[in-house]
Amino acid sequence: MIPAVVAQILLLLFVFFMLLNSASVMVYAERKIAALIQQRYGPYLVGPHGLMQPLADIIKLLFKEELRPLAADRFLFMLAPVISATAAFAAFSVVPFGADTTLFGLLEEPLPLVVADVNVAILVVFAITSMGVYGIVLAGWSSNSKYSLLGALRSSAQMISYELSYGLALGGVLVVAGSLSLREIVDAQAGTWLGVIPRWGVVTQPIGFLIFMTAGIAETNRAPFDFPEAEQELVAGYHTEYSSMSFAMFFLAEYVNMVTVSAVATDLFLGGWHGPFLPESFGWIWFLVKMSALLFFYIWVRWTLPRYRYDQLMMFGWKFLLPLAVVNLLVTAAGVLSFVG
Amino acid sequence: MATLDHYLLLSAVLFTIGTAGVFLRRNLITILLAIEIMLNAVNLTFIAYGRFLGAVDGQIIVFFVMTVAAAEAAVGLAIVIAMFRHRGSLNPEAFRTLKG
Amino acid sequence: MSGELALFYLFGGAAVVASLLVIGQRNPIYSVLLLIASFGALAGLYVLLDAPFMAVTQIIVYAGAIMVLFLFVVMLLNVPAEAPIDHVELHEPQGARWLGGVLAVALLVELGWALWRVVGVDDGRPVADAGQLASVLEIGRVLFQEYAFAFEVTSILIIVAMVGAVLLTRRDSGAGS
Repeated sequence: MIPAVVAQILLLLFVFFMLLNSASVMVYAERKIAALIQQRYGPYLVGPHGLMQPLADIIKLLFKEELRPLAADRFLFMLAPVISATAAFAAFSVVPFGADTTLFGLLEEPLPLVVADVNVAILVVFAITSMGVYGIVLAGWSSNSKYSLLGALRSSAQMISYELSYGLALGGVLVVAGSLSLREIVDAQAGTWLGVIPRWGVVTQPIGFLIFMTAGIAETNRAPFDFPEAEQELVAGYHTEYSSMSFAMFFLAEYVNMVTVSAVATDLFLGGWHGPFLPESFGWIWFLVKMSALLFFYIWVRWTLPRYRYDQLMMFGWKFLLPLAVVNLLVTAAGVLSFVG
Repeated sequence: MATLDHYLLLSAVLFTIGTAGVFLRRNLITILLAIEIMLNAVNLTFIAYGRFLGAVDGQIIVFFVMTVAAAEAAVGLAIVIAMFRHRGSLNPEAFRTLKG
Repeated sequence: MSGELALFYLFGGAAVVASLLVIGQRNPIYSVLLLIASFGALAGLYVLLDAPFMAVTQIIVYAGAIMVLFLFVVMLLNVPAEAPIDHVELHEPQGARWLGGVLAVALLVELGWALWRVVGVDDGRPVADAGQLASVLEIGRVLFQEYAFAFEVTSILIIVAMVGAVLLTRRDSGAGS
C-alpha cells in the first residue's frame, strides 16, 4: 500500500516528466504534420521514421554555445526564459486529467488525477498564464536590441489584449456549469441528452469554444497570430539574442503552453475524461485523445493560414472578438436564467 | 497560529514602508509604486479583519480597492508620461516652477 | 511553530523585504519586478486568510495587469536609474532624509500602538468555519446585492480612467510636445 502523500509526490513528478516529454513529442509532431500538409516527408533519417529527431534536436541545442549580448542586463537575461518556462509548467498543475483512481488497488483511497485540486482552478490557470507575459517582456528588454524590444512589446500587448476574450469565453462556461473548479465542470459534462448527444461544453457553448481556441492560439503566440516572431519583419522577435538552452526554454514554454490550453479546453468544452466504451478509471485515455485532437488542430492551423499583420491582429482582438465574447456571455447568462434558474 | 495582531502589525509595517517611499524617493514612477504598496497594506488589513470577524465584506471592499487602484495607476501613469514629455525628467524637483 | 505561523512569517518577511527593496534600490525595472514579488507574497497571505478568490484576483489584476502597465511605461520612457544621493543637487536642508527616516519609524510605532488597542475581536483567534465564508458564491451574492450601486459606479470610474488615460497621452497633431 502506498500512502497518499507519496502517491501525490509521485503524481507531481509524473506530470512534470510527461509535460517535458510532451514538448519533444510536439516538436516531432509539428514537423511531421507540417510535412504532411506540404506534401513532403519531413524528418525520416534519424531513427525509424525520424522518431529520434527530437533527441537529436535536444543534443544539438545542449552543445551550442551560450551567447549573451555585451550590454544586456545579465540577471534579467537569465531570468526571462525561467519565468516563461515556470509559468507554463505551473499553469498545468491545477488541470485534472482523469477521474479518481486507485491505481488498480495500490492506493488506500482514490487519488484525484490532478496535481493541486483547488476550487478556483480556472482562475489560477488564468492568473499564471498572465504571469507568462513577463518572461517575454523581460526577454525583449534585457536583450538591449531594438528587434527584441519591439517584438517583446508587440507580443505582450497582443497577449494582454487576447486575455480579455479568453476570460470572457471562460465566463460563459462558468455560468453554465456553476462552479470554478475544473473537476466539477468536467463532472457537469458527464452523460448525454437523448442518449446520443453528449453534454459537452462545445454543445452548450459553441461560440465560446471558438472564441476560447482563437484566444488561446493568440495567447500562445502561434500562427496566425505569431507576428512577433515573423522572420521577415523582426528577425526573431523577443528571442533574437538567445541561443542554446535559453532558446530551448522559450520553445519548451511555448509548447507546454499549447498543451495547457488544449488541456483546459478539453476539460471545459470537450467533456474532459468522459467518453463511451471505456470504464471511468481509464478516462485519461479519452482525455489524451481529445487533447491530441486539439493539438493537431493547433498545428494544422499554423501551417494552413497566413499570418495576421499586427494592426489587423489587434483590431481583430479588440473590435471583433471581445464584443463577441461579451455578447456570448450575456446570451448565456440570459439563457441560464430563463430556462434553468 | 497567526493572530490578528500579527497581520495588523505586518500591514502597519508595509504601510510605513510605502509612506516612506513616497516621501523619500526622487522618481515619479517609484512614488507611484510606493502608493501601490500602501494600498496593498490596506487590502491586507481589510481581509484580515474580514477573516477574524467572520464577514465577507472585507473581501468585497478589497475588490473595490483593487479596481480603484487600477484606475488610479492608469491615470497616474498617463499624467507621468505627459509630464515627462513636457520636461524630459522624472525627478519631482524638475516641476518646481510654481513654487513661491 | 505551527505550519501556518511559519508560512505567515515566510510570506510576510518576503513582502516586507521586497517592499523595502522597491523603495531602496535604484533601478526602476528592478523596483517593478520586486513589487510583483511583494504582490505574490501578499497573495500567499490572502490564501492563509482563507480568501483564495481574492488571492487569485490579486495576481490577475495587480501582478498581471497593473504591473504590466508600469513595466511598459518604464520601458517606453527609458527611465534611467536614479542618481545616488551625493550627485543630486539637494534643494532640501541637510539631514532631511534622516528626519524622514525618524518620522517613518515614529509612524510605525504610532500605527502599531493604535492597532494594538483595538478590542472586541475575541483574542484574535480566527472565526471557525470561515471556509464557507470564502466561497465565490457568497462573494458574488453580497457583491451584486448589497454593493450593487458601488459596483455600477466602479464601472463608470473605469471608463472615465480609460478615456482620461488615452486623452492625456495623446500628442496634439501639429503642435510640439
